Amino acid sequence: MSEFVRVEHLSYIYGQGMPDETIALDDVSFSIEEGQFVGIMGATGCGKSTLITHFNGLNRPTKGHIYIGGEDLWADPGDIRRFRFLVGLVFQYPEYQLFEETVYKDIAYGPRNMGLSEAEIDQRVRRAAEFCGLSDASLQKSPFELSGGQKRRVAIAGVLAMEPKLLVLDEPAAGLDPEGRDTILGQIKAWHKETGSTTILVSHSMEDIAKYADRVLVLNSGKVAMYDETAKVFARAPELLELGLSVPEVTKVFLQLRQWGLDIPVDVYTVPYAVKTILAAKEGM
Amino acid sequence: MLRDITIGQHFPGDSALHNMDPRAKLVLTLVYIIMLFVASNPIGLGISIVLVFGLYLLAKIPLRLIGKSLKPIIPIILFTAVLNVFFVTGESEPLVSLGFLHIYREGIDYAVLIVVRIICIIAGTSLLTYTTSPIVLTAAIEQLLRPLSKLKFPVHELAMMMTIALRFIPLLIEETDKIMNAQKARGAQLDSGTLMQRVKALIPVLIPLFISAFRRADELAMAMECRCYHGGEGRTRLKELRMSGKDVWLTVAAVVVFVAMGMSNFLWK
Ligand SMILES: Nc1ncnc2c1ncn2[C@@H]1O[C@H](COP(=O)(O)OP(=O)(O)OP(=O)(O)O)[C@@H](O)[C@H]1O
Ligand SMILES: [Mg+2]
Repeated sequence: MSEFVRVEHLSYIYGQGMPDETIALDDVSFSIEEGQFVGIMGATGCGKSTLITHFNGLNRPTKGHIYIGGEDLWADPGDIRRFRFLVGLVFQYPEYQLFEETVYKDIAYGPRNMGLSEAEIDQRVRRAAEFCGLSDASLQKSPFELSGGQKRRVAIAGVLAMEPKLLVLDEPAAGLDPEGRDTILGQIKAWHKETGSTTILVSHSMEDIAKYADRVLVLNSGKVAMYDETAKVFARAPELLELGLSVPEVTKVFLQLRQWGLDIPVDVYTVPYAVKTILAAKEGM
Repeated sequence: MLRDITIGQHFPGDSALHNMDPRAKLVLTLVYIIMLFVASNPIGLGISIVLVFGLYLLAKIPLRLIGKSLKPIIPIILFTAVLNVFFVTGESEPLVSLGFLHIYREGIDYAVLIVVRIICIIAGTSLLTYTTSPIVLTAAIEQLLRPLSKLKFPVHELAMMMTIALRFIPLLIEETDKIMNAQKARGAQLDSGTLMQRVKALIPVLIPLFISAFRRADELAMAMECRCYHGGEGRTRLKELRMSGKDVWLTVAAVVVFVAMGMSNFLWK
Protein backbone atom coordinates (compact mmCIF):
# COMPACT_ATOMS: atom_id res chain seq x y z
CA MET A 1 0.00 0.00 0.00
CA SER A 2 1.22 3.47 -0.74
CA GLU A 3 0.59 6.73 1.00
CA PHE A 4 -2.22 8.76 -0.57
CA VAL A 5 -2.78 11.72 1.72
CA ARG A 6 -0.13 13.50 3.69
CA VAL A 7 -0.76 16.50 5.93
CA GLU A 8 2.34 18.29 7.18
CA HIS A 9 2.36 20.84 10.00
CA LEU A 10 -1.00 22.20 8.92
CA SER A 11 -2.25 25.26 10.79
CA TYR A 12 -5.34 27.28 10.02
CA ILE A 13 -6.49 30.51 11.62
CA TYR A 14 -9.90 32.07 11.02
CA GLY A 15 -9.91 35.86 10.70
CA GLN A 16 -6.17 36.21 11.10
CA GLY A 17 -5.19 39.56 12.53
CA MET A 18 -8.74 40.41 13.56
CA PRO A 19 -9.72 40.93 17.18
CA ASP A 20 -11.71 37.68 17.02
CA GLU A 21 -9.18 35.36 15.38
CA THR A 22 -9.57 31.66 16.13
CA ILE A 23 -6.83 29.07 15.78
CA ALA A 24 -8.87 26.23 14.32
CA LEU A 25 -5.99 23.90 13.47
CA ASP A 26 -2.62 23.89 15.13
CA ASP A 27 0.33 22.01 13.62
CA VAL A 28 -1.59 18.96 12.40
CA SER A 29 0.45 16.20 10.75
CA PHE A 30 -0.63 12.71 9.67
CA SER A 31 -0.84 10.53 6.60
CA ILE A 32 -3.34 8.09 5.12
CA GLU A 33 -2.57 5.00 3.06
CA GLU A 34 -4.35 4.44 -0.22
CA GLY A 35 -7.64 2.58 0.18
CA GLN A 36 -7.90 3.08 3.93
CA PHE A 37 -11.06 4.01 5.79
CA VAL A 38 -10.21 6.64 8.38
CA GLY A 39 -12.56 7.98 11.04
CA ILE A 40 -12.14 11.47 12.47
CA MET A 41 -13.64 12.28 15.83
CA GLY A 42 -13.39 15.05 18.37
CA ALA A 43 -15.56 17.29 20.49
CA THR A 44 -17.69 20.02 18.90
CA GLY A 45 -15.58 22.87 17.57
CA CYS A 46 -12.29 20.97 17.63
CA GLY A 47 -11.64 21.67 13.94
CA LYS A 48 -12.90 18.58 12.10
CA SER A 49 -14.87 20.45 9.45
CA THR A 50 -12.06 22.94 9.05
CA LEU A 51 -9.58 20.12 8.51
CA ILE A 52 -11.58 18.36 5.82
CA THR A 53 -12.19 21.52 3.78
CA HIS A 54 -8.43 21.57 3.31
CA PHE A 55 -8.36 18.30 1.39
CA ASN A 56 -9.80 19.76 -1.81
CA GLY A 57 -8.38 23.23 -1.41
CA LEU A 58 -11.47 25.12 -0.26
CA ASN A 59 -9.43 26.46 2.62
CA ARG A 60 -5.84 27.41 2.09
CA PRO A 61 -3.54 26.46 4.96
CA THR A 62 -2.25 29.38 6.98
CA LYS A 63 0.86 27.26 7.47
CA GLY A 64 1.91 23.80 6.30
CA HIS A 65 1.33 21.56 3.32
CA ILE A 66 -1.09 18.95 2.05
CA TYR A 67 -0.16 16.29 -0.45
CA ILE A 68 -2.73 14.22 -2.33
CA GLY A 69 -1.29 11.36 -4.32
CA GLY A 70 2.16 12.82 -3.74
CA GLU A 71 1.28 16.23 -5.22
CA ASP A 72 1.35 19.44 -3.21
CA LEU A 73 -2.18 20.88 -3.36
CA TRP A 74 -1.01 24.47 -3.42
CA ALA A 75 2.04 24.07 -5.67
CA ASP A 76 0.04 25.86 -8.39
CA PRO A 77 -3.00 27.69 -6.97
CA GLY A 78 -4.39 28.18 -10.47
CA ASP A 79 -4.71 24.43 -10.85
CA ILE A 80 -6.64 23.78 -7.66
CA ARG A 81 -9.85 22.78 -9.45
CA ARG A 82 -8.20 19.51 -10.52
CA PHE A 83 -8.20 18.40 -6.88
CA ARG A 84 -11.91 19.15 -6.55
CA PHE A 85 -12.50 16.17 -8.84
CA LEU A 86 -9.89 13.98 -7.17
CA VAL A 87 -11.30 14.61 -3.71
CA GLY A 88 -15.05 14.36 -3.15
CA LEU A 89 -16.35 16.30 -0.19
CA VAL A 90 -19.76 15.72 1.39
CA PHE A 91 -20.49 18.57 3.80
CA GLN A 92 -22.38 18.55 7.05
CA TYR A 93 -26.11 18.74 6.18
CA PRO A 94 -25.49 18.50 2.43
CA GLU A 95 -29.22 18.46 1.62
CA TYR A 96 -29.22 22.27 1.63
CA GLN A 97 -27.05 22.44 -1.47
CA LEU A 98 -29.59 20.86 -3.87
CA PHE A 99 -30.81 23.22 -6.59
CA GLU A 100 -31.76 21.42 -9.81
CA GLU A 101 -35.22 20.68 -11.15
CA THR A 102 -34.79 16.94 -10.92
CA VAL A 103 -32.79 14.59 -8.76
CA TYR A 104 -31.09 13.24 -11.89
CA LYS A 105 -29.85 16.68 -12.96
CA ASP A 106 -28.62 17.45 -9.47
CA ILE A 107 -26.55 14.29 -9.26
CA ALA A 108 -25.23 15.01 -12.77
CA TYR A 109 -24.01 18.49 -11.78
CA GLY A 110 -20.59 17.32 -10.57
CA PRO A 111 -19.86 14.92 -13.45
CA ARG A 112 -21.02 17.57 -15.94
CA ASN A 113 -18.56 20.06 -14.44
CA MET A 114 -15.87 17.44 -15.02
CA GLY A 115 -16.61 17.66 -18.74
CA LEU A 116 -17.56 13.99 -19.19
CA SER A 117 -19.58 12.66 -22.12
CA GLU A 118 -23.37 12.35 -21.79
CA ALA A 119 -23.14 8.55 -21.85
CA GLU A 120 -20.53 8.52 -19.11
CA ILE A 121 -22.57 11.01 -17.04
CA ASP A 122 -25.68 8.88 -17.40
CA GLN A 123 -23.86 5.75 -16.34
CA ARG A 124 -22.28 7.45 -13.32
CA VAL A 125 -25.52 9.06 -12.18
CA ARG A 126 -27.36 5.74 -12.29
CA ARG A 127 -24.58 3.92 -10.50
CA ALA A 128 -24.32 6.53 -7.73
CA ALA A 129 -28.11 6.69 -7.35
CA GLU A 130 -28.32 2.93 -7.03
CA PHE A 131 -25.62 2.90 -4.39
CA CYS A 132 -27.49 5.49 -2.38
CA GLY A 133 -30.74 3.58 -2.62
CA LEU A 134 -32.53 5.99 -4.95
CA SER A 135 -35.01 4.30 -7.25
CA ASP A 136 -35.22 5.05 -10.98
CA ALA A 137 -38.61 6.62 -10.43
CA SER A 138 -37.29 9.12 -7.92
CA LEU A 139 -34.63 10.32 -10.36
CA GLN A 140 -37.21 12.38 -12.24
CA LYS A 141 -38.70 13.94 -9.11
CA SER A 142 -37.87 17.41 -7.87
CA PRO A 143 -35.36 17.19 -5.03
CA PHE A 144 -37.52 19.57 -3.02
CA GLU A 145 -40.37 17.07 -2.84
CA LEU A 146 -38.21 14.56 -1.00
CA SER A 147 -37.87 14.03 2.73
CA GLY A 148 -34.77 15.21 4.56
CA GLY A 149 -33.18 11.77 4.58
CA GLN A 150 -33.85 11.25 0.88
CA LYS A 151 -32.40 14.66 0.09
CA ARG A 152 -29.30 13.63 1.99
CA ARG A 153 -28.95 10.57 -0.23
CA VAL A 154 -29.26 12.70 -3.35
CA ALA A 155 -26.53 15.03 -2.08
CA ILE A 156 -24.22 12.10 -1.29
CA ALA A 157 -24.94 10.52 -4.67
CA GLY A 158 -24.01 13.84 -6.28
CA VAL A 159 -20.51 13.50 -4.85
CA LEU A 160 -20.18 9.75 -5.44
CA ALA A 161 -21.06 10.30 -9.12
CA MET A 162 -17.80 12.19 -9.48
CA GLU A 163 -16.05 8.94 -8.47
CA PRO A 164 -13.39 10.66 -6.37
CA LYS A 165 -10.20 8.88 -5.39
CA LEU A 166 -10.56 10.33 -1.90
CA LEU A 167 -14.05 10.51 -0.44
CA VAL A 168 -14.55 12.73 2.59
CA LEU A 169 -17.82 12.77 4.51
CA ASP A 170 -18.67 15.20 7.31
CA GLU A 171 -21.27 13.57 9.57
CA PRO A 172 -23.26 12.01 6.73
CA ALA A 173 -25.61 10.35 9.19
CA ALA A 174 -26.32 13.27 11.54
CA GLY A 175 -29.99 13.66 12.31
CA LEU A 176 -31.14 10.42 10.69
CA ASP A 177 -33.08 7.62 12.35
CA PRO A 178 -31.03 4.55 13.43
CA GLU A 179 -32.04 2.55 10.40
CA GLY A 180 -31.30 5.45 8.04
CA ARG A 181 -27.88 5.82 9.65
CA ASP A 182 -27.00 2.19 9.15
CA THR A 183 -28.23 2.21 5.56
CA ILE A 184 -26.32 5.29 4.50
CA LEU A 185 -23.11 4.29 6.24
CA GLY A 186 -23.44 0.72 4.95
CA GLN A 187 -23.79 2.05 1.43
CA ILE A 188 -20.73 4.24 1.87
CA LYS A 189 -18.78 1.26 3.15
CA ALA A 190 -19.95 -0.80 0.18
CA TRP A 191 -18.82 1.96 -2.16
CA HIS A 192 -15.47 2.04 -0.40
CA LYS A 193 -15.06 -1.72 -0.81
CA GLU A 194 -16.10 -1.77 -4.44
CA THR A 195 -14.16 1.23 -5.72
CA GLY A 196 -11.23 0.99 -3.33
CA SER A 197 -11.38 4.74 -2.79
CA THR A 198 -9.67 6.14 0.27
CA THR A 199 -12.41 7.30 2.64
CA ILE A 200 -12.52 9.73 5.54
CA LEU A 201 -15.56 9.75 7.81
CA VAL A 202 -16.18 12.46 10.38
CA SER A 203 -18.58 11.33 13.05
CA HIS A 204 -19.71 11.98 16.58
CA SER A 205 -20.91 8.42 16.92
CA MET A 206 -18.34 6.09 18.46
CA GLU A 207 -20.37 3.11 17.30
CA ASP A 208 -20.20 4.21 13.67
CA ILE A 209 -16.47 4.87 13.81
CA ALA A 210 -15.89 1.54 15.54
CA LYS A 211 -17.91 -0.28 12.92
CA TYR A 212 -16.47 1.23 9.76
CA ALA A 213 -13.04 2.76 10.30
CA ASP A 214 -9.64 1.05 10.00
CA ARG A 215 -7.88 3.92 11.68
CA VAL A 216 -9.06 6.77 13.87
CA LEU A 217 -7.81 10.33 14.11
CA VAL A 218 -8.78 12.10 17.32
CA LEU A 219 -8.66 15.88 17.29
CA ASN A 220 -8.65 18.05 20.38
CA SER A 221 -8.71 21.86 20.15
CA GLY A 222 -7.17 21.81 16.69
CA LYS A 223 -4.38 19.39 17.60
CA VAL A 224 -3.97 15.69 16.85
CA ALA A 225 -4.60 13.91 20.14
CA MET A 226 -4.37 10.34 18.80
CA TYR A 227 -3.94 8.69 15.43
CA ASP A 228 -3.88 4.92 15.45
CA GLU A 229 -5.69 1.73 14.55
CA THR A 230 -9.28 1.72 15.73
CA ALA A 231 -8.72 -0.96 18.38
CA LYS A 232 -5.74 0.84 19.86
CA VAL A 233 -7.59 4.15 20.05
CA PHE A 234 -10.61 2.68 21.81
CA ALA A 235 -8.31 0.83 24.19
CA ARG A 236 -7.38 4.27 25.56
CA ALA A 237 -10.85 4.86 26.91
CA PRO A 238 -9.90 6.95 29.97
CA GLU A 239 -8.03 9.44 27.78
CA LEU A 240 -10.94 9.63 25.37
CA LEU A 241 -13.33 10.34 28.20
CA GLU A 242 -11.02 13.10 29.37
CA LEU A 243 -11.22 14.71 25.90
CA GLY A 244 -14.99 14.90 26.24
CA LEU A 245 -15.43 11.91 23.93
CA SER A 246 -16.75 8.51 24.66
CA VAL A 247 -16.20 4.91 23.67
CA PRO A 248 -18.73 2.48 22.19
CA GLU A 249 -21.20 1.06 24.70
CA VAL A 250 -19.72 -2.44 24.43
CA THR A 251 -16.30 -1.11 25.25
CA LYS A 252 -17.75 0.54 28.35
CA VAL A 253 -19.24 -2.79 29.41
CA PHE A 254 -15.93 -4.56 28.93
CA LEU A 255 -14.03 -1.87 30.82
CA GLN A 256 -16.40 -2.29 33.75
CA LEU A 257 -16.05 -6.08 33.62
CA ARG A 258 -12.28 -5.66 33.70
CA GLN A 259 -12.55 -3.36 36.68
CA TRP A 260 -14.46 -6.10 38.41
CA GLY A 261 -11.42 -8.31 37.87
CA LEU A 262 -12.33 -10.36 34.83
CA ASP A 263 -9.43 -11.22 32.55
CA ILE A 264 -10.68 -9.92 29.21
CA PRO A 265 -9.10 -7.76 26.50
CA VAL A 266 -9.60 -3.96 26.54
CA ASP A 267 -9.79 -3.42 22.81
CA VAL A 268 -13.32 -4.74 22.31
CA TYR A 269 -15.25 -2.15 20.32
CA THR A 270 -17.72 -3.98 18.07
CA VAL A 271 -20.59 -6.20 19.07
CA PRO A 272 -19.56 -9.26 16.96
CA TYR A 273 -16.07 -9.17 18.47
CA ALA A 274 -17.58 -8.78 21.93
CA VAL A 275 -19.72 -11.88 21.39
CA LYS A 276 -16.67 -13.83 20.27
CA THR A 277 -14.68 -12.70 23.30
CA ILE A 278 -17.46 -13.61 25.70
CA LEU A 279 -17.86 -17.03 24.15
CA ALA A 280 -14.10 -17.60 24.34
CA ALA A 281 -14.09 -16.54 27.97
CA LYS A 282 -16.95 -18.90 28.70
CA GLU A 283 -15.05 -21.79 27.12
CA GLY A 284 -12.06 -20.97 29.27
CA MET A 285 -14.09 -21.09 32.50
CA MET B 1 -13.39 35.71 0.98
CA LEU B 2 -16.96 36.75 1.72
CA ARG B 3 -16.02 36.67 5.34
CA ASP B 4 -13.52 39.45 4.76
CA ILE B 5 -16.38 41.94 4.60
CA THR B 6 -16.06 43.94 7.80
CA ILE B 7 -18.75 46.57 7.15
CA GLY B 8 -21.44 46.31 9.78
CA GLN B 9 -19.41 43.92 11.92
CA HIS B 10 -19.28 44.23 15.67
CA PHE B 11 -16.26 43.60 17.86
CA PRO B 12 -17.31 43.34 21.50
CA GLY B 13 -15.09 45.10 23.95
CA ASP B 14 -15.07 47.03 27.20
CA SER B 15 -13.71 50.44 26.29
CA ALA B 16 -15.33 53.79 27.10
CA LEU B 17 -16.48 53.89 23.50
CA HIS B 18 -18.06 50.43 23.66
CA ASN B 19 -19.99 51.36 26.77
CA MET B 20 -21.05 54.80 25.56
CA ASP B 21 -24.73 55.52 25.09
CA PRO B 22 -25.58 54.40 21.55
CA ARG B 23 -27.87 57.38 20.91
CA ALA B 24 -25.01 59.76 21.64
CA LYS B 25 -22.67 57.70 19.48
CA LEU B 26 -25.11 57.66 16.60
CA VAL B 27 -25.84 61.38 16.69
CA LEU B 28 -22.18 62.28 17.12
CA THR B 29 -21.26 60.10 14.15
CA LEU B 30 -23.82 61.91 12.02
CA VAL B 31 -22.51 65.29 13.18
CA TYR B 32 -18.98 64.11 12.44
CA ILE B 33 -19.94 63.34 8.85
CA ILE B 34 -21.56 66.75 8.46
CA MET B 35 -18.49 68.43 9.94
CA LEU B 36 -16.29 66.61 7.45
CA PHE B 37 -18.09 68.51 4.73
CA VAL B 38 -18.09 71.78 6.62
CA ALA B 39 -14.37 71.73 7.39
CA SER B 40 -12.79 71.92 3.96
CA ASN B 41 -9.31 73.01 4.92
CA PRO B 42 -6.10 71.23 5.98
CA ILE B 43 -6.46 72.08 9.68
CA GLY B 44 -10.03 70.81 9.88
CA LEU B 45 -9.20 67.61 8.00
CA GLY B 46 -6.12 67.14 10.16
CA ILE B 47 -8.30 67.32 13.27
CA SER B 48 -10.82 64.88 11.84
CA ILE B 49 -8.11 62.35 10.98
CA VAL B 50 -6.53 62.63 14.42
CA LEU B 51 -9.98 62.30 16.03
CA VAL B 52 -10.89 59.10 14.19
CA PHE B 53 -7.52 57.44 14.74
CA GLY B 54 -7.54 58.49 18.40
CA LEU B 55 -10.96 56.94 18.89
CA TYR B 56 -9.80 53.67 17.28
CA LEU B 57 -6.96 53.59 19.81
CA LEU B 58 -9.37 54.40 22.64
CA ALA B 59 -11.69 51.55 21.55
CA LYS B 60 -8.69 49.21 21.17
CA ILE B 61 -9.75 48.32 17.63
CA PRO B 62 -6.72 47.52 15.45
CA LEU B 63 -6.07 50.31 12.93
CA ARG B 64 -5.52 47.57 10.35
CA LEU B 65 -9.29 47.18 10.24
CA ILE B 66 -9.64 50.63 8.68
CA GLY B 67 -7.61 49.34 5.76
CA LYS B 68 -9.77 46.26 5.61
CA SER B 69 -13.04 48.13 5.50
CA LEU B 70 -11.63 50.49 2.88
CA LYS B 71 -10.46 47.68 0.61
CA PRO B 72 -13.75 47.15 -1.27
CA ILE B 73 -14.05 50.84 -2.15
CA ILE B 74 -10.44 51.51 -3.15
CA PRO B 75 -11.47 51.60 -6.85
CA ILE B 76 -14.10 54.25 -6.10
CA ILE B 77 -11.61 56.32 -4.11
CA LEU B 78 -9.00 56.12 -6.87
CA PHE B 79 -11.58 56.94 -9.52
CA THR B 80 -12.85 60.08 -7.78
CA ALA B 81 -9.29 61.17 -6.98
CA VAL B 82 -8.16 60.83 -10.60
CA LEU B 83 -11.29 62.55 -11.85
CA ASN B 84 -10.68 65.50 -9.56
CA VAL B 85 -6.99 65.79 -10.37
CA PHE B 86 -7.65 66.02 -14.09
CA PHE B 87 -10.94 67.83 -14.35
CA VAL B 88 -10.97 70.49 -11.67
CA THR B 89 -9.72 73.73 -13.15
CA GLY B 90 -8.27 76.64 -11.25
CA GLU B 91 -7.48 80.31 -11.81
CA SER B 92 -3.70 80.02 -11.64
CA GLU B 93 -1.48 78.48 -14.30
CA PRO B 94 -1.72 74.66 -14.56
CA LEU B 95 1.07 72.83 -12.75
CA VAL B 96 1.44 70.21 -15.47
CA SER B 97 0.00 70.04 -18.95
CA LEU B 98 -0.20 66.75 -20.81
CA GLY B 99 -1.74 67.51 -24.19
CA PHE B 100 -5.34 68.38 -23.51
CA LEU B 101 -5.10 67.43 -19.81
CA HIS B 102 -4.15 70.12 -17.37
CA ILE B 103 -3.45 69.55 -13.73
CA TYR B 104 -4.14 72.49 -11.48
CA ARG B 105 -3.20 73.01 -7.86
CA GLU B 106 -6.88 73.23 -7.02
CA GLY B 107 -7.44 69.82 -8.61
CA ILE B 108 -4.86 68.19 -6.38
CA ASP B 109 -6.24 69.98 -3.32
CA TYR B 110 -9.70 68.84 -4.17
CA ALA B 111 -8.63 65.24 -4.77
CA VAL B 112 -6.89 65.08 -1.39
CA LEU B 113 -9.94 66.60 0.26
CA ILE B 114 -12.31 64.06 -1.24
CA VAL B 115 -10.05 61.08 -0.45
CA VAL B 116 -9.62 62.15 3.17
CA ARG B 117 -13.38 62.69 3.49
CA ILE B 118 -14.24 59.26 2.12
CA ILE B 119 -11.66 57.55 4.33
CA CYS B 120 -12.89 59.40 7.42
CA ILE B 121 -16.55 58.67 6.67
CA ILE B 122 -15.87 54.96 6.26
CA ALA B 123 -13.55 54.82 9.27
CA GLY B 124 -16.00 56.78 11.44
CA THR B 125 -19.13 54.83 10.55
CA SER B 126 -17.25 51.53 10.80
CA LEU B 127 -16.12 52.53 14.26
CA LEU B 128 -19.76 53.01 15.21
CA THR B 129 -20.71 49.47 14.18
CA TYR B 130 -17.45 47.96 15.48
CA THR B 131 -18.19 49.25 18.95
CA THR B 132 -22.00 48.96 19.01
CA SER B 133 -23.94 45.74 18.68
CA PRO B 134 -26.69 45.86 16.04
CA ILE B 135 -29.39 45.29 18.65
CA VAL B 136 -28.27 48.24 20.73
CA LEU B 137 -27.89 50.37 17.64
CA THR B 138 -31.44 49.77 16.46
CA ALA B 139 -32.71 50.36 19.98
CA ALA B 140 -31.02 53.75 19.79
CA ILE B 141 -32.57 54.48 16.40
CA GLU B 142 -35.96 53.50 17.74
CA GLN B 143 -35.63 55.88 20.67
CA LEU B 144 -34.37 58.73 18.55
CA LEU B 145 -37.25 58.33 16.11
CA ARG B 146 -39.87 57.87 18.80
CA PRO B 147 -41.32 61.39 18.42
CA LEU B 148 -42.33 60.39 14.89
CA SER B 149 -44.70 57.77 16.23
CA LYS B 150 -46.99 60.64 17.25
CA LEU B 151 -47.45 61.13 13.50
CA LYS B 152 -48.48 57.45 13.17
CA PHE B 153 -45.08 56.55 11.78
CA PRO B 154 -44.40 52.83 12.55
CA VAL B 155 -41.16 53.42 14.44
CA HIS B 156 -41.11 50.17 16.36
CA GLU B 157 -41.86 48.08 13.29
CA LEU B 158 -39.13 49.84 11.36
CA ALA B 159 -36.63 49.22 14.15
CA MET B 160 -37.64 45.57 14.38
CA MET B 161 -37.19 45.16 10.65
CA MET B 162 -33.75 46.73 10.90
CA THR B 163 -32.78 44.47 13.79
CA ILE B 164 -33.81 41.41 11.86
CA ALA B 165 -32.10 42.56 8.67
CA LEU B 166 -28.88 43.30 10.55
CA ARG B 167 -29.05 39.93 12.27
CA PHE B 168 -29.62 38.15 8.97
CA ILE B 169 -26.68 39.70 7.13
CA PRO B 170 -23.96 37.67 8.85
CA LEU B 171 -26.15 34.58 8.74
CA LEU B 172 -26.70 34.92 5.02
CA ILE B 173 -23.02 35.59 4.42
CA GLU B 174 -22.17 32.43 6.33
CA GLU B 175 -24.80 30.49 4.44
CA THR B 176 -23.59 31.79 1.07
CA ASP B 177 -20.07 30.81 1.98
CA LYS B 178 -21.18 27.29 2.88
CA ILE B 179 -23.23 26.78 -0.27
CA MET B 180 -20.48 28.20 -2.46
CA ASN B 181 -18.04 25.78 -0.89
CA ALA B 182 -20.39 22.87 -1.44
CA GLN B 183 -20.86 23.73 -5.11
CA LYS B 184 -17.16 24.41 -5.60
CA ALA B 185 -16.51 20.96 -4.16
CA ARG B 186 -18.61 19.67 -7.06
CA GLY B 187 -16.48 21.60 -9.53
CA ALA B 188 -18.45 24.84 -9.87
CA GLN B 189 -16.38 27.65 -11.37
CA LEU B 190 -17.58 30.78 -9.70
CA ASP B 191 -14.76 33.18 -10.36
CA SER B 192 -13.74 32.73 -13.97
CA GLY B 193 -15.31 32.74 -17.41
CA THR B 194 -17.34 35.32 -19.31
CA LEU B 195 -20.00 37.41 -17.59
CA MET B 196 -22.76 35.16 -18.93
CA GLN B 197 -21.02 32.03 -17.67
CA ARG B 198 -20.49 33.58 -14.27
CA VAL B 199 -24.12 34.57 -13.92
CA LYS B 200 -25.14 31.05 -14.90
CA ALA B 201 -22.65 29.57 -12.43
CA LEU B 202 -24.34 31.54 -9.66
CA ILE B 203 -27.67 29.74 -10.07
CA PRO B 204 -26.55 26.71 -8.02
CA VAL B 205 -25.66 29.14 -5.22
CA LEU B 206 -28.67 31.46 -5.41
CA ILE B 207 -31.41 28.83 -5.43
CA PRO B 208 -30.34 27.09 -2.20
CA LEU B 209 -29.64 30.49 -0.67
CA PHE B 210 -33.17 31.78 -1.38
CA ILE B 211 -34.70 28.58 -0.14
CA SER B 212 -32.79 28.75 3.10
CA ALA B 213 -33.53 32.47 3.56
CA PHE B 214 -37.26 31.82 3.20
CA ARG B 215 -37.04 28.87 5.55
CA ARG B 216 -35.24 30.95 8.15
CA ALA B 217 -37.72 33.81 7.82
CA ASP B 218 -40.55 31.37 8.25
CA GLU B 219 -38.99 29.80 11.33
CA LEU B 220 -38.30 33.21 12.82
CA ALA B 221 -41.88 34.35 12.27
CA MET B 222 -43.11 31.19 13.93
CA ALA B 223 -40.74 31.60 16.88
CA MET B 224 -41.84 35.21 17.35
CA GLU B 225 -45.47 34.26 17.27
CA CYS B 226 -44.88 31.48 19.80
CA ARG B 227 -43.56 34.14 22.16
CA CYS B 228 -46.64 36.26 21.62
CA TYR B 229 -44.91 39.06 19.76
CA HIS B 230 -47.53 41.66 18.86
CA GLY B 231 -45.68 44.80 17.86
CA GLY B 232 -44.47 47.76 19.84
CA GLU B 233 -47.51 48.76 21.84
CA GLY B 234 -46.92 48.54 25.58
CA ARG B 235 -43.56 46.91 25.05
CA THR B 236 -40.84 47.51 27.63
CA ARG B 237 -37.10 46.98 27.44
CA LEU B 238 -34.82 44.84 29.55
CA LYS B 239 -32.11 47.48 29.33
CA GLU B 240 -33.24 51.09 29.27
CA LEU B 241 -30.77 53.42 27.62
CA ARG B 242 -29.30 55.96 30.03
CA MET B 243 -26.67 58.64 29.58
CA SER B 244 -24.01 58.23 32.26
CA GLY B 245 -21.72 60.97 33.52
CA LYS B 246 -18.93 59.58 31.38
CA ASP B 247 -21.14 59.75 28.29
CA VAL B 248 -21.84 63.40 28.96
CA TRP B 249 -18.12 64.17 29.21
CA LEU B 250 -17.35 62.25 26.03
CA THR B 251 -20.14 64.09 24.22
CA VAL B 252 -18.91 67.47 25.42
CA ALA B 253 -15.38 66.60 24.32
CA ALA B 254 -16.65 65.54 20.90
CA VAL B 255 -18.66 68.74 20.51
CA VAL B 256 -15.57 70.79 21.37
CA VAL B 257 -13.60 68.99 18.66
CA PHE B 258 -16.43 69.50 16.18
CA VAL B 259 -16.53 73.22 16.95
CA ALA B 260 -12.77 73.34 16.39
CA MET B 261 -13.29 71.64 13.02
CA GLY B 262 -15.90 74.25 12.11
CA MET B 263 -13.80 77.18 13.33
CA SER B 264 -10.82 76.02 11.29
CA ASN B 265 -12.56 77.43 8.23
CA PHE B 266 -12.05 80.93 9.58
CA LEU B 267 -8.42 80.31 10.48
CA TRP B 268 -7.50 79.03 7.05
CA LYS B 269 -8.05 81.13 3.98
N1 LIG C 1 -16.13 30.63 9.43
C1 LIG C 1 -15.57 30.69 10.62
N2 LIG C 1 -15.13 31.86 11.12
C2 LIG C 1 -14.54 31.92 12.31
N3 LIG C 1 -14.32 30.87 13.10
C3 LIG C 1 -14.75 29.68 12.67
C4 LIG C 1 -15.40 29.52 11.40
N4 LIG C 1 -15.72 28.22 11.24
C5 LIG C 1 -15.29 27.61 12.33
N5 LIG C 1 -14.72 28.47 13.20
C6 LIG C 1 -14.11 28.13 14.50
O1 LIG C 1 -13.12 27.16 14.27
C7 LIG C 1 -13.18 26.13 15.24
C8 LIG C 1 -13.34 24.79 14.56
O2 LIG C 1 -14.59 24.73 13.90
P1 LIG C 1 -15.07 23.46 13.07
O3 LIG C 1 -16.30 23.86 12.35
O4 LIG C 1 -13.94 22.97 12.25
O5 LIG C 1 -15.42 22.45 14.23
P2 LIG C 1 -15.97 20.96 14.14
O6 LIG C 1 -14.96 20.09 14.78
O7 LIG C 1 -16.37 20.64 12.75
O8 LIG C 1 -17.26 21.04 15.07
P3 LIG C 1 -18.66 20.23 14.93
O9 LIG C 1 -18.44 18.91 15.53
O10 LIG C 1 -19.61 21.06 15.75
O11 LIG C 1 -19.04 20.19 13.48
C9 LIG C 1 -14.33 26.48 16.16
O12 LIG C 1 -13.78 27.03 17.32
C10 LIG C 1 -15.13 27.51 15.41
O13 LIG C 1 -15.65 28.45 16.29
MG1 LIG D 1 -18.20 20.24 11.79
